[in-house]
Amino acid sequence: MSIGLPHYLAVAAILFTIGVFGIFVNRKNIIVILMSVELILLAVNINLVAFSVFQGNVVGQIFAMFVLTVAAAEAAVGLAILVTFFRNRGDIAVDDASMMKG
Amino acid sequence: MALQAIAFYLMAAATIASAIAVVSARNPVHSVLFLIASFFSAAGLFVLLGAEFLAMLLVVVYVGAVAVLFLFVVMMLDVDFAELRQGFARYMPLGGLIAGGLAVEMVIVSTTVATKGAARLSEAPMASGSAGPSVPNAEAIGGVLYTDYVYFFQAAGMVLLVAMIGAIVLTLRHKPGVRRQVIMDQVLRTPKSGMRMAQPKPGEGIDL
Repeated sequence: MSIGLPHYLAVAAILFTIGVFGIFVNRKNIIVILMSVELILLAVNINLVAFSVFQGNVVGQIFAMFVLTVAAAEAAVGLAILVTFFRNRGDIAVDDASMMKG
Repeated sequence: MALQAIAFYLMAAATIASAIAVVSARNPVHSVLFLIASFFSAAGLFVLLGAEFLAMLLVVVYVGAVAVLFLFVVMMLDVDFAELRQGFARYMPLGGLIAGGLAVEMVIVSTTVATKGAARLSEAPMASGSAGPSVPNAEAIGGVLYTDYVYFFQAAGMVLLVAMIGAIVLTLRHKPGVRRQVIMDQVLRTPKSGMRMAQPKPGEGIDL
């Protein structure tokens, strides 16, 4: 059978779900949470590219590129915050980060 | 066509298996390595779709930059990661429930869209977007990106610049006790402030 749009959408949906699941089960480990966010954004990118190709419109790929940019910026700033947090507190247990009582 | 299907299923399976390994690996270093594998397989899917430029971008940006950044941070932090895995089993049912619900919703929506929605109109994938199969993918993207979306392109550059400055500001640290050259103090030094006349009595010395 030929590979159509639903196949790619299914892969993206499964990837997104795994990302959300990863955020839930690794609540204490902020590094894995950041990696799960990257997985979710990858799923979004797969959706954008699949729709772009199957609709014959290249703009979706442009948008996927911007998503990629923002994801890279988010990873850089998130990891910088993480390093600063570790330097100030000696660990990265996000459960204990309740100074602001949020 | 059969070859395409085999390639798709192989790379989709690799992507999903690596993604599962990312969220369930005991060691975060293994998580990062599986993340690299996942992105690499997803780049393969992009090539299969005909979006070669984005696939190469994914490899360069993720495998080359972001994954190395993650690896660097994971190895730099001296953390007991076994302790951080507590609660994995506790949050598993709730997470599984919500993730399962999301998966069902998304499968319903995507199958509906793909079979009855707007995407039904063009069944065959076009290799290089709107410009037709004769134009390479990178050329098609460049033709749109540098004309219609040039301001967005500049804004994306600004986002990266701000992220870079933010990361530097956040992690920059001035250690106390490190001697540095202060040019301002050197320039403002006059003979009057740099020299003191003293006449010590024999056997006493002076306070510096």
